[in-house]
Amino acid sequence: MKSDIILAGVGGQGILSIAASIGIAALENNLEIKQAEVHGMSQRGGAVQSNMRISSKPIASDLIPKGEADLILSVEPMESLRYLPWLSEKGWLITNIHPFINISDYPDVESLEAVLDNLPHRIVLDADAIAGELGSRKVSNMVILGAATPFIDIPYESFEIGIRNIFGRKGEEIVNLNLEALKMGKEKAELMQN
Amino acid sequence: MLLGDEAIAQGALDAGMSGIYAYPGTPSTEITEYVQSKKELKGKVRSDWSANEKTAMEAALGMSYAGKRSMVCMKHVGLNVAADPFMNAAITGVNGGMVICVADDPSMHSSQNEQDSRFFAKFALIPVLEPSSQQEAYDMSYGAFELSEKFKLPVMIRITTRLAHSRSAVTRSLPKSQNKLKTPLQLNQFILLPSMARKSYDRLVNIQPDLEKEALESPYNSLIDGKDTSRGVIAMGLAYNYLAENFEDFRIPHPVLKISQYPIPVKLVSALYERCETILVLEEGYPLIEESLKGLLGREKKIQGRLDGTIPRTGELNPDIVREAFFPPKGKILDVPDIVKNRPPALCKGCSHSDVYLALNEVMDPYGKGRVFSDIGCYTLGALPPYNSIDTCVDMGASITMAKGAADAGLVPSVCVIGDSTFTHSGITGLLDAVRENSPITVIISDNSTIAMTGGQESHATGRLDVICEGIGVPSTHIRKLNPLKKYHEDNVRILEEEVAYEGVSVIIAERECIQTLARKKKI
Repeated sequence: MKSDIILAGVGGQGILSIAASIGIAALENNLEIKQAEVHGMSQRGGAVQSNMRISSKPIASDLIPKGEADLILSVEPMESLRYLPWLSEKGWLITNIHPFINISDYPDVESLEAVLDNLPHRIVLDADAIAGELGSRKVSNMVILGAATPFIDIPYESFEIGIRNIFGRKGEEIVNLNLEALKMGKEKAELMQN
Repeated sequence: MLLGDEAIAQGALDAGMSGIYAYPGTPSTEITEYVQSKKELKGKVRSDWSANEKTAMEAALGMSYAGKRSMVCMKHVGLNVAADPFMNAAITGVNGGMVICVADDPSMHSSQNEQDSRFFAKFALIPVLEPSSQQEAYDMSYGAFELSEKFKLPVMIRITTRLAHSRSAVTRSLPKSQNKLKTPLQLNQFILLPSMARKSYDRLVNIQPDLEKEALESPYNSLIDGKDTSRGVIAMGLAYNYLAENFEDFRIPHPVLKISQYPIPVKLVSALYERCETILVLEEGYPLIEESLKGLLGREKKIQGRLDGTIPRTGELNPDIVREAFFPPKGKILDVPDIVKNRPPALCKGCSHSDVYLALNEVMDPYGKGRVFSDIGCYTLGALPPYNSIDTCVDMGASITMAKGAADAGLVPSVCVIGDSTFTHSGITGLLDAVRENSPITVIISDNSTIAMTGGQESHATGRLDVICEGIGVPSTHIRKLNPLKKYHEDNVRILEEEVAYEGVSVIIAERECIQTLARKKKI
């Protein structure tokens, strides 16, 4: 088993919570993990990414080579495209379509959609809207993680364990909200995949 | 799952470290924060922040003097600040084990340069450990104290951003208890009077062959044979991973020398050199080994690396860069679509620095551009649009002293913008210079009451900046305070105008807490 994942977003959007959930899920299955994060200056509203590598064999590099990522997982549409050079031919791009606009020359969303539509393997969903229906836009990152679960060769229950672990100290209500978001994301992705 | 930084901290704790000293600096901050996060260590392992890297290094040396194991951590440019005690600690040597952990930032993700700290260690003649994985980071940190005590020398652990901020699982060793309090056996060991310093320096020079022998026998350095001797590879630290990544099951067909402990084990390098036709050198940072291997004249075998362009001269390594040294370009790599725009970091919405800059821009407009000296911190983002407020950012504290120098040259008014923590790190002494000559400069301390850029660590003089300035001689009539909020904009512009027009030292303290730390406090 090998899964090389690029997590993308803007500083403050919660990609490290996604990374941590995947990390625990992978540990649950005794897999090797390396996860490179961005700290420091870029966290101030800049583009951020995390390279997450999971494998049943030892992993050499903390960074994923170009053209070898199995998944790009993004909480922001323009950011999902920034890492296309890393996506493998068979790889999937899974992204939130809800934009985070903090620059003056941000492209219009229709043009972004057009570029995304040209990709052969993609799941594009409005995670903010789905999260909003559940009661909090804050869990949009877990919707995106949920949408990725069918593409990562780890049992779904392991991701649930990951979420319980990370949000456990915030109370049962928060845990359930995040689990719900995970499930919604998974269901949407499964519909779109087929 | 530990970050490389955290693995170093855990290794040091398990080795019986009694205290850790540091000033926050990306990518080294998380080492100290990890120790601070362990509430059960309170009162057992000292871990509060220091005013700057120099005070941190000296305090760590003091703890070592008292026989205990100490660690001091900093980013690469922090070592410049601590260079004086660093160079001299190599000459005094240590009593309790002392480990200096320096996190370099090749590609300058969050820094002003990409200097390579291995040069500093070579300069000081001390051993360096350069881990290639989180597990090695832990093991090296665990073992470094013993190495330090064995040779009575400080030991450097050198990491780079990638390992500092990458996580992996780490297996721990048995925890050791802390050293007992014990002053140095030879009491003049730490007195660097010339007559004594000469002897200590001789000792340092004389043990170099022993340090090299240690590196030769180190489990972290190994010569792995390979059949294809048309090329041999020397890979340092993380570079080894990028090399291995490019070969199926890490089976590299060439002889490879993996180096993670210095001084350079010359015998191993020589063995590789003799066996291979050409040598490729892969190092994360400057071409330290490559340069030594090439020599001044470069007349012998072909040495490839950063100097001949096989590897780019600057920037951090990655698997793709290393791949290009072996294979033709990969096919079918997608491009980044043109529609993707840059998204640089920016000041947060509602940040106090933003209000300071909007007021300052209005005040400086009549004087024209080129008069605002600034410093290191979140407020450096004021150099970018929409503010374009500042004209310099060089090193911690340089805003005040550069403004003074420019004023000395006749650039009046000269204004500087410095953060509260940068001011206590390295600004106070510069202000003292300006006070002595009553230089016509206006010092704006944009005080968000925290060390914001590195994640909101406690600042050293929150609430005391005015008395500090008064204490070093700034007249109280020219220490002004303003509240950087939109609703006070007119008042703030007026205060700034008055002080910029005043031809002497004035300090304006613009105090409003960082909105990030404030939001976190409200949540708790």
